[in-house]
Amino acid sequence: MAEVILKPVSKFELTIEAEVITPDNFAGKNAQEIGKLLVWEGPQQLPISNFFEVKGNGGSSAQDTTIVIDGNVPRVKRIGEAMTAGRILVKGSTGMHVGAFMQGGEILVEGNSDSWPGMEMKGGLLHIKGNSLDHVGSAYRGSWKGMTGGRIAIDGNAGNQVGGGMSGGEIVIGGNVDNFCGTRINGGLIVVKGNAIRTVGAEMTGGTIVVGGRIGKFTPGFQQTATESNLKFNDIECPGEFKKFAGDYAIPQKGKGVLYVSAENNEDL
Amino acid sequence: MAGTIAIKNGYVFDPLNEINGERMDIFIRNGKVVTELSAAELKDAKEIDASGKTVMPGGVDSHSHVAGAKVNVGRMMRPEDHYKFYQKKTPLTHSGCGYSVPSVYLGGYEYSKMGYTTVFEAAVPPMEARHTHEEMRATPMLDMGGYLVLGNNWFLMRYLKEGDIEKAAAYISWMMRTHKTYGIKCVNPAGVENWGWGENVHALDQANIHFEVTPEDIIKGLAELNEMLGFSMPVHLHANNLGHPGCWEITRDSLKIPKNIKARPKDHNVEWAETKVNPRRHESVYLTHCQFNAFGGTSWRDFESGVKGITDYVNSHDHVVMDSGCVPFGDATVMTGDGPAIHDLYVLTGNKWSNTDVECECGSGVLPFTYLKSNPVHSVQWAMGLEVLLYVKDAWKSIMTTDSPNGGPFIKYPQVIAWLMSNKARQDTLNECHKWAADRSGLAAETREMTLNEIAIVTRANAARTIGLSHSKGTLGVGADGDVAIYDLDPAKLEVSDYESIIRAFENAAYTIKGGEVVCQRGEIVAIPEKKTYYSDIAVNADEEKKMIEDVKNWFKYYTIGFSNYPTPEKYLANPTPIKIDAEV
Repeated sequence: MAEVILKPVSKFELTIEAEVITPDNFAGKNAQEIGKLLVWEGPQQLPISNFFEVKGNGGSSAQDTTIVIDGNVPRVKRIGEAMTAGRILVKGSTGMHVGAFMQGGEILVEGNSDSWPGMEMKGGLLHIKGNSLDHVGSAYRGSWKGMTGGRIAIDGNAGNQVGGGMSGGEIVIGGNVDNFCGTRINGGLIVVKGNAIRTVGAEMTGGTIVVGGRIGKFTPGFQQTATESNLKFNDIECPGEFKKFAGDYAIPQKGKGVLYVSAENNEDL
Repeated sequence: MAGTIAIKNGYVFDPLNEINGERMDIFIRNGKVVTELSAAELKDAKEIDASGKTVMPGGVDSHSHVAGAKVNVGRMMRPEDHYKFYQKKTPLTHSGCGYSVPSVYLGGYEYSKMGYTTVFEAAVPPMEARHTHEEMRATPMLDMGGYLVLGNNWFLMRYLKEGDIEKAAAYISWMMRTHKTYGIKCVNPAGVENWGWGENVHALDQANIHFEVTPEDIIKGLAELNEMLGFSMPVHLHANNLGHPGCWEITRDSLKIPKNIKARPKDHNVEWAETKVNPRRHESVYLTHCQFNAFGGTSWRDFESGVKGITDYVNSHDHVVMDSGCVPFGDATVMTGDGPAIHDLYVLTGNKWSNTDVECECGSGVLPFTYLKSNPVHSVQWAMGLEVLLYVKDAWKSIMTTDSPNGGPFIKYPQVIAWLMSNKARQDTLNECHKWAADRSGLAAETREMTLNEIAIVTRANAARTIGLSHSKGTLGVGADGDVAIYDLDPAKLEVSDYESIIRAFENAAYTIKGGEVVCQRGEIVAIPEKKTYYSDIAVNADEEKKMIEDVKNWFKYYTIGFSNYPTPEKYLANPTPIKIDAEV
């Protein structure tokens, strides 16, 4: 497998929009050609080589191409946007919209992510070892059609609106989430190992949400239907006892969503 | 010389001059069509070799929602409509974005790419006229105008109730001048007023709350006033009960109301381009987006096309012209002055919804909508839009629109043209659709394939004729505006089964020429032309007008704005072009 190494050399005084950084775009190009690809900085388009030192050549196809971003790039947005295959490794933190519209392949971020990782993602794997800000795997502003496939794994915490409008795929959060986790989802699976602040599953019309920790304020439109233990969704395991709820009954499409809440951490429910 | 051009050897389609695919040259001098250019002029003129290409007058859209308050609400409430459809700035053009509700700049460019040069905004609420004109002024590439929404206007409803036709006429002529608008639009007459109380009207003889006028009173009144005042266009009707199963009957009955009213356009001062066909309208009503007004059945379960009921009537009567409101599938934004109809769609879909009450005048609603081939009702609506155009035997009675962006955005026109011209295109789409499209409409059995001449009628000649603009638009007769669209389509080699080539040709005109200047070439904007804004300037009896103004001032206490801030001054318009009309009142 061919490896392209991008070493950040700019101070990134403005954020850059780098949707061009995908294995699909790098495949079949040598280092020099890759360096000439354009990214947006404010109102102008400039070559990648203004911002990164490029080493190594792309493979014959996206599948054969690995991109290593060798450093922290919290001000570089849209890395891996709409990629279909191949691999991206970020040895640091990324900016907004990493893996947005991703269709296949794999992105591994060793640091943290800004907001909108995996926005409207369709397939592939997006793994963030640190924390993420808001809108993980959610729909774009104004839309109610979020992630439809693939998997997002965040080892740390995530912010607000995890999986907003999601209808397929999986999101696994190792830590805690803030508000509106799984709002308006109609399919797919969200597993939160830690706590949530409030409004989990608000207006959900389908899909499954599991919260292993405590929910600060429980959403009112849910009704308990059963108690289940040691949940398993393919390779995702959720040990312990869970109270099972149906909802959200607050909206017309009533009660088709499933919300599991740790019994041990939510005794008052 | 600016605006001087020779278009050589194209296959010309100019239905108003009965030119049907003849190979000929078109000459334009100083922005106007002429018989020929002198040798000296030819030397300086730009010359375009149009051999093997289709040449038509510039496209005319007589019903599209492109400017004003509700279009802007659509933009504001739909960021998701913007981010995947955008265009970069160039040295000549602005950047822009928006798929179903594009920015004003992008809207102008996209129309021009398809060979359109004239577009009329379908609904201008009087209070929002300034906003609408500001947006029209900023829309590049297009000559424009707008229709004033008057079907639920307090002053008119009161005058009609009291039978004070003179004052009503004075009010309409004053309102057209005050707001610099072109014709009368009537949306869900009497119903939108009821919507202020959460109600609607569902029958032509149902009186509304407080004003106690019926839809029939309003349609009859406005159609009579329209001819009394002598507007260039017929009264523009969006019928009651729109979007409800079974609404085709009320639509047909609405069309019967102005049956005996004689068309009397009185724009005598206008200079007319040469045409062989009589370019004056004879219709007393212009029904809009027929598809949405032609639902059959009694519920969503037995929903079916009711188009035939209307087209049978239109085929046997000569006082009606209509546009289609086709549904080309995909993302749309429904926006109309018919507030209750949009509320019903909100209840049906649960989508985000915006509703506006325009004080003493009208209302509106906006809602994002997606038409799916897999959805039974949507697939029938697709078939119905095409039925409207295919069932009307005389193309001079119909106009192709999508009621953009209600049925779908105007950028889908090339796709609609392909369905009209190619039975194979329709059969292929029928195969992808829900089976209701075939079972509950007659489209599957319809084999008519429109000719390029008929396409020229429904996309420019008749749109211009219907709204009284064929003195300069929709024709290539001597004296007409030098607006021309040249398409990469060789009529001698045309195979309509290869409908993709039709779509490609109409998507990006080889040349769009406006006022004798090439403004767009194969999808690229190459010049930003001057533009005009048309409005109707109607003179009526000064005494009657004075008395009427007293009423208006008296009732202005119900408005939130001051009377002096109400009018739209000419400075809001790009090249204001009044059409002088001598009313007989």
